[in-house]
Amino acid sequence: MTVIEQLPLAQQLLNLFAALLLLIAFAMLSQRRILTLINLFAMQGFILALSIVDSAWISHQYHLYYSAALTLIIKVLILPWLLHRLIRQLNIEWDVETLINIPTTMLIGIVLVVFAFNLALPISQLSGTILRHTLGIAIASVLLSFMMMITRRKAVPQVIGFLAMENGLFFAATSATYGMPMVVELGIALDVLVGMFIFGIFFFHIRDTFDSLDIQHMEKLKED
Amino acid sequence: MEIFWLLGMPLLGGALLALTGHRRFAPELNGAISLATLIASLVLTSKVIQDGPITAFNDQFFIDPFNVFLVTLTAFVGFTTAMFSRPYMHNEAERGKLSTARLRLYHSMYQMFTFTMLLALTTNNMGILWVAMEAATLTTVLLVSLYRTPESLEAAWKYFILCGVGIAQALFGTILLYFAAEKILGEGGNALLWTHLNEVKGTLEPTVLSMSFIFMLVGYGTKAGLVPLHNWLPDAHAEGPTPISAVLSGLLLNVALYAVVRAKVLVDGALQTHFAGQLMMGFGLLSVVMAAFFLSRQKDIKRMFAYSSIEHMGLITFAFGMGGPVATFAALLHMTMHSLTKSAIFFAVGHAAQKSGTQVMENIRGLIKTNPTIGWGLTLGTLAILGMPPFGVFASEFLILTTAMHEHAWATPFLLIALGVAFASIFGKVQPMVFGETAGKRLPHPPAMVPVFVHLSLVLMLGLYIPPYLVTWYHQAAALLG
Amino acid sequence: MKLSSLFFQFFQNGLVLLLAPLLMGWVNQCRAWLQNRSGAGLLQPYRMLFKLFHKDAVLADNASALFRSTPYILFSCMWLAAALVPMVATDLPLSSAVDVIALVGILALARVFMALAAMDIGTAFGSLGARREMLVSFLAEPALLMVFFTAASISASTSLVTIVETIAHRGFFIYPSLAFAGIAFLMILLAENARIPVDNPSTHLELTMIHEAMILEYSARHLALIEWASSLKLLIYMSIGFALFLPFGITEAGNWTALPLALVALFVKLAVAGFGLALLETLSAKQRIFRVPEYLGTAFLLAVLAILIHYLLGT
Repeated sequence: MTVIEQLPLAQQLLNLFAALLLLIAFAMLSQRRILTLINLFAMQGFILALSIVDSAWISHQYHLYYSAALTLIIKVLILPWLLHRLIRQLNIEWDVETLINIPTTMLIGIVLVVFAFNLALPISQLSGTILRHTLGIAIASVLLSFMMMITRRKAVPQVIGFLAMENGLFFAATSATYGMPMVVELGIALDVLVGMFIFGIFFFHIRDTFDSLDIQHMEKLKED
Repeated sequence: MEIFWLLGMPLLGGALLALTGHRRFAPELNGAISLATLIASLVLTSKVIQDGPITAFNDQFFIDPFNVFLVTLTAFVGFTTAMFSRPYMHNEAERGKLSTARLRLYHSMYQMFTFTMLLALTTNNMGILWVAMEAATLTTVLLVSLYRTPESLEAAWKYFILCGVGIAQALFGTILLYFAAEKILGEGGNALLWTHLNEVKGTLEPTVLSMSFIFMLVGYGTKAGLVPLHNWLPDAHAEGPTPISAVLSGLLLNVALYAVVRAKVLVDGALQTHFAGQLMMGFGLLSVVMAAFFLSRQKDIKRMFAYSSIEHMGLITFAFGMGGPVATFAALLHMTMHSLTKSAIFFAVGHAAQKSGTQVMENIRGLIKTNPTIGWGLTLGTLAILGMPPFGVFASEFLILTTAMHEHAWATPFLLIALGVAFASIFGKVQPMVFGETAGKRLPHPPAMVPVFVHLSLVLMLGLYIPPYLVTWYHQAAALLG
Repeated sequence: MKLSSLFFQFFQNGLVLLLAPLLMGWVNQCRAWLQNRSGAGLLQPYRMLFKLFHKDAVLADNASALFRSTPYILFSCMWLAAALVPMVATDLPLSSAVDVIALVGILALARVFMALAAMDIGTAFGSLGARREMLVSFLAEPALLMVFFTAASISASTSLVTIVETIAHRGFFIYPSLAFAGIAFLMILLAENARIPVDNPSTHLELTMIHEAMILEYSARHLALIEWASSLKLLIYMSIGFALFLPFGITEAGNWTALPLALVALFVKLAVAGFGLALLETLSAKQRIFRVPEYLGTAFLLAVLAILIHYLLGT
């Protein structure tokens, strides 16, 4: 049992943000409606940006302010707006179906979280940032988003899971090493944006061909 | 300076073709830009052979014998494929399968794809390498689904999602690498530069590096088609237009493996054990065996050759995993041979499928009668890829097998059985396609068989005699890889 | 044992008895206001208890001794539990004999007797209610234990008194784990006390009842005791919530002068919490029974997350 030292307010806020990120990852996993899913994703981006600003303030790493601004613009404003527009055009604001039922998904999620915490332990011990204990939460959100991708039947939640996974990786990068070099981050942001555009185009193609966005229509190319 | 031309040409070409890609001269323009890229790469190659490894633009780019040979290979195959794509696309447009918007997309993305691959090969920054790999996927996704059939959409979706997830793993691996590097090299962009990492690789933290390598192997290995992460490959290579299948099989897999090998060099230096090599050997062997068995059950010709790509990539991975001068030399040689041969096969297959209007092997017959050039191209290409002497593939496979017999004798029976199964299946299926009975007709446009024969003759020539400068080149590259 | 501790204990025992119906009345009155009705007044529960105690009890022919004794057992358990939770003072002698796990056990004991009594008469609705109640508590109890464990991990003890003292002394500190545990606890509170969204306390449709179905057969003083016990249960849960998450204002041992302040703090907290409860009930709708496992699963999940976060982040 650890004895808790008194931490400064900024540090406490960081812990709170990390905990909220994990909560949002679980909330996305158990969410049924696509609209709420997109809003949760936007909230995740927002809290991510806040935590980056917080850590920038504590550690005086000023390039993190730029990262936070980038995250805010792309993940809180542009991507959710794109997604909202997409689902309105595609007319799919209804419920999301899952392959396994939600309580089982959550239980598996807990197992994944424990696994992620264990995985992060050796790295956290080596890290020198103030965020090092949040690395476990970052890896956990990556795993949970991955789980969300594979247990969903419709295309849009899969894509949102993919984007959430990228959020988790970004948080992992920030908590292990105060983020990647700026040029790399810009490249990653560009990739995400372009990827999102392509996904958007894709959805229309899928919908036009199959008249639905159910992934199960796309399981014909199997091994015979 | 050459790097600027090398990267700038495809980028410019992509922008240009986005506007003019549907015009009559678009395929020729495509070819011309690819030719310019090839010339730039040849100039760069000669410079590197003369002066040794060069870095440029503040250490952001790094060319050494290893990646310059891949750069030339990429530019060359890119050029020949562009030449092949001319009549092929004319045929396709004639049959009404593609609209103007899609032609524009196709041509501009073709150049952009070349750009991303060249960027991935020439960059010194492991982070930018990741960005370029992801961009390569992004540029080709829409091309795989170009025909908008349900199968091609499914293939493109699988490609996107599976490669996306895979590459996210690679991103995590890169993050871990940066994490380890930052301790030694300090923060900032320089910590991800491969040359700097190579200098200090002995002092990088072993646990973190091994974890990083695992993630990068899984991530980039997904893009290279290693079993069990290969699910997207047969679909994507089979459903897209043939020029895309050719470049995906011939070039992208190489670049993905290049990323893995760069990481392996760092890990080997940090760990001083054979951990990375053993992992690669394991995945490689698994890929070879599984691919050979999957191969035997395929009915679609492009899928079959896609599995053949997986098999050969597995072989190359296995060889890189073994390490040592001979195996690495063999792996590099095999990379070249495989690219040339596989793209040649896809060219021939593409035209054959166009002729017969189908990709199902049972329905393609008697190519030698209706179009002798296609028939011969396919036969020779198949013989080449199956490792018949005197084609070059035989030489590299022979080297790999003998090294395996020396050092890892337990793996040899698996390799031999797998290669044998593949031989029997492919040959057994191609033979009736070429020599069977048929009543087909000729194609409206004469097929572009020149690229096929150029490739095959290169492979033949290299099988018989490797020019000394090429040998030195390979040896230099192999030496760099330890 | 000091005189002040005895005093505090007796004071609390009496206080809870008087306060519980008032709390119930307040919650009902808030609901009425929010639903734009005029409500029955704050003292209505007292009037109802008075009325019930003066009636004659009617029992079924096949009612066993279990059936007749359950209201008393239930009431005693709840009164005992209420005596254990620090509400105005941490100086409670009974508290040192019992920790949170035993507290959960006492509540479970009450629940078991209730379910058995419901099935005793043999009517269909009794069994229905008992089954559903067991389903809810089967899922809610582990979650409740997890919440307690989170708080116990933070204060390194399972005694409620120690928990309250530790958390109160830290001043304003953001504990993410406690935040999650708090949300989980709120969900459990709603489930265990038969509030919306798990069960509607004012329904008269038997097929949708959980708690009410179990007490259909009771009348007069038995019913009065059971109703009193239910309101005591709500008071207990709310006080546990205050003790774990908002322990400010609870007096330390032997401090007489802080008692009025503690009382005021308690009243304010209860008033706000009661209003909050009414608000929650008005804004949500009752969930279908088969969604209840999901709801409680979420509560359990949040509680487990709370512990995991505590171990990872150290807070």
